[in-house]
Amino acid sequence: MKKTVILSVATVAGLAAAAATAGTVDDVKARGKLNCGVTTGLVGFAAPDANGEWKGFDVAVCRAVAAAVLGDASAVEFVPTTGKTRFTALASGEIDMLARNTTWTFSRDVDLKFEFVGVNYYDGQGFMVPKALGVTSAKELDGATVCIQTGTTTELNLADFFRSNNISYEPVPIETNAEAQQQYLAGACDVYTTDASGLAATRATFENPGDHVLLPEIISKEPLGPLVRHGDHEWGDVVRWTLNAMVSAEELGVTSANIDELSSGAGDNPEVNRLLGTEGTLGEMLGLDADWAARAIKAGGNYGEVFAQNIGEETPIGLARGLNAQWTDGGLLYSPPFR
Amino acid sequence: MTTLTDPPKEQFRLSMLLYDTRYRSATIQVIALIGFMLLAAWIISNTIQNLEALGKPVEFGFFGESASYDINQRLLEYTSQDSHLRAAFIGLLNTLVVAVLGCITATIVGVLVGVLRLSNNWLVARIMTVYVEMFRNVPVLLWIVLAMAILIEGLPAPNAFRGDNPTATMDLFNSVAVTNRGVYIPEFLFSRSLGDIHLFGTSSLRFDISLDLVAFLVVLGGSIFTMRKVSAWAADKQESTGDRPKIWHIQLGILFVPMIILMAVLGLHLGYPELKGFNFRGGTHMRNSLIALWLALSLYTAAFIAEIVRAGILAISKGQTEAASALGLRPGRTMRLVILPQALRVIIPPMISNYLNLTKNSSLAIAVGYMDITGTLGGITMNQTGRELECVLLLMLVYLCISLSISAVMNWYNNSVKLVER
Repeated sequence: MKKTVILSVATVAGLAAAAATAGTVDDVKARGKLNCGVTTGLVGFAAPDANGEWKGFDVAVCRAVAAAVLGDASAVEFVPTTGKTRFTALASGEIDMLARNTTWTFSRDVDLKFEFVGVNYYDGQGFMVPKALGVTSAKELDGATVCIQTGTTTELNLADFFRSNNISYEPVPIETNAEAQQQYLAGACDVYTTDASGLAATRATFENPGDHVLLPEIISKEPLGPLVRHGDHEWGDVVRWTLNAMVSAEELGVTSANIDELSSGAGDNPEVNRLLGTEGTLGEMLGLDADWAARAIKAGGNYGEVFAQNIGEETPIGLARGLNAQWTDGGLLYSPPFR
Repeated sequence: MTTLTDPPKEQFRLSMLLYDTRYRSATIQVIALIGFMLLAAWIISNTIQNLEALGKPVEFGFFGESASYDINQRLLEYTSQDSHLRAAFIGLLNTLVVAVLGCITATIVGVLVGVLRLSNNWLVARIMTVYVEMFRNVPVLLWIVLAMAILIEGLPAPNAFRGDNPTATMDLFNSVAVTNRGVYIPEFLFSRSLGDIHLFGTSSLRFDISLDLVAFLVVLGGSIFTMRKVSAWAADKQESTGDRPKIWHIQLGILFVPMIILMAVLGLHLGYPELKGFNFRGGTHMRNSLIALWLALSLYTAAFIAEIVRAGILAISKGQTEAASALGLRPGRTMRLVILPQALRVIIPPMISNYLNLTKNSSLAIAVGYMDITGTLGGITMNQTGRELECVLLLMLVYLCISLSISAVMNWYNNSVKLVER
């Protein structure tokens, strides 16, 4: 009896403590480590490499935030989450931020009480089928068996797409990308559907990527971005502006090659100066030091460099910039000014 | 002469609650109970307040909203436009299906293995020992995943059935297709069907009952009732004359003739699965997620049941077996008529907890993508609505209700077979 009482008191204390957290910035600083939620493994976006080190496009955002707040890009504890566990992990405070190609939707923002700080990849849902099936359009998929990751927006889009086209399908719900890959390759499902970027990344890991095609239909808008808990605006600002710093850096021509030179002293471009902290007090306003953004950019480079290294056309995943080009190049990337 | 007087009646004083041993324990218990209730109330109010602070007050309105996801295995009609409540209901039925199938299979396999493990045949007894130890000592989740992996990797995809030179063919006179998406078996179709009764209108719990099934059950019940009457008549005859009339052919006739007539009236025919488009169509599709879950759960639980059965049999004194053989009963009949009925009294109570375990273990279904109630209410619904607390509490309530119902039924059965004491 005594033991149970102590246990329950501990539980209650834990509950109270979880609710009391408001200052995530201070928590992260005190801990000396950023807890960042990522996927369980999607090559190019977030996956451990041969040395067990996490690499990828989403991972780079985590590292940039850690560099900005803690001054150390490696001070990140990566927490692999599935489509199902990610929101609970974030809401309960197990992770400080989630960078797990998560679609920004109304209900997630408003009803689930999260705060999307921006978009780091503009995506859409696509379909992958074996070339041997001879399918050229998603509308020919009547009666097909479709592998789908459960707990995602793709699940809902899929239901909508097939209903509005009045064709039938058989969903096979799956927990992780790896399991989906296994079932798809074994022919247990005809089609694998998820975000087009995820399909490209998955296909890149196949033995014969050429045997599989992505269908032309993109059936949804999937703006993917990092998110934090609702209500802690200081922390939300830190993550939002770290992401914006990466985007702005590309626009302003700040790269990991020239950043040391640019941040050594105030230069000609006032916006670059404000971004890198050689002028103004932007860092102080965020509750960080002056060269927070310089560190964030140094961690993995600017947005374009991170893109090219992890998922760009030179990599096996081979994604074109497309919508994810800077607004000056006809894309959608547009960071608010650093002023 | 002394007079006995009653000792003066002690007046109850408040301090006695503490100093009188007759009351003290009650006092302590009452205080502990109040303390416990306060603690519980504090935890609950704390949780509710914290959730309010997060902007997520506890409410169940989301159940009426459209679920907007599809479920592959649905016993009742369901579309993505139906409510979350309906989706949970479909999931609940899926849980019950796998639990019932699993309990039945586990019992049959478990009893067989338990009996065979005591066999005098060295090889059979050892094989059963290996089976029991292997299944009992590996977590059931691994068995489920293994079963699924074998089904997916080991069986041909529907594609293999295609073309002029297919690498796979259908079994049993082209009526059963075994694929890595599941097993397609012929289904019963009625050309003069009686139709359905629709219950609960258009609510989330709407339910169709097939009148064909009702007719089938009524005829079956009638046949069984008549068969028992005939048996009783035969027993009477045996009592009075010493001769037992031959009744097995009458019994068979009573069982099958009305059934065959009913089927002919309803126009029974089989619907065979056929390869059309991407998949087999027609027939009944048993998805491999169901098969993997069902097999793994029942084989795992059967290993425990086998041990219970063995313990129950060993609990019956050897004298019973010897007495039965002295009367000239063969080993099979000894087991069936003498040992098992007595062993049942020992077997049933622990069996209840194994049925409960199987049902609760079925919540591992999501590992193979089987849409049980944990997958719908505790999975997709929870994820899409973000109502973790509400969904988990409801889920707990549902499993509690299922488990208590199983316990109630099994306890009733236990009471009916236990030794009647006079």
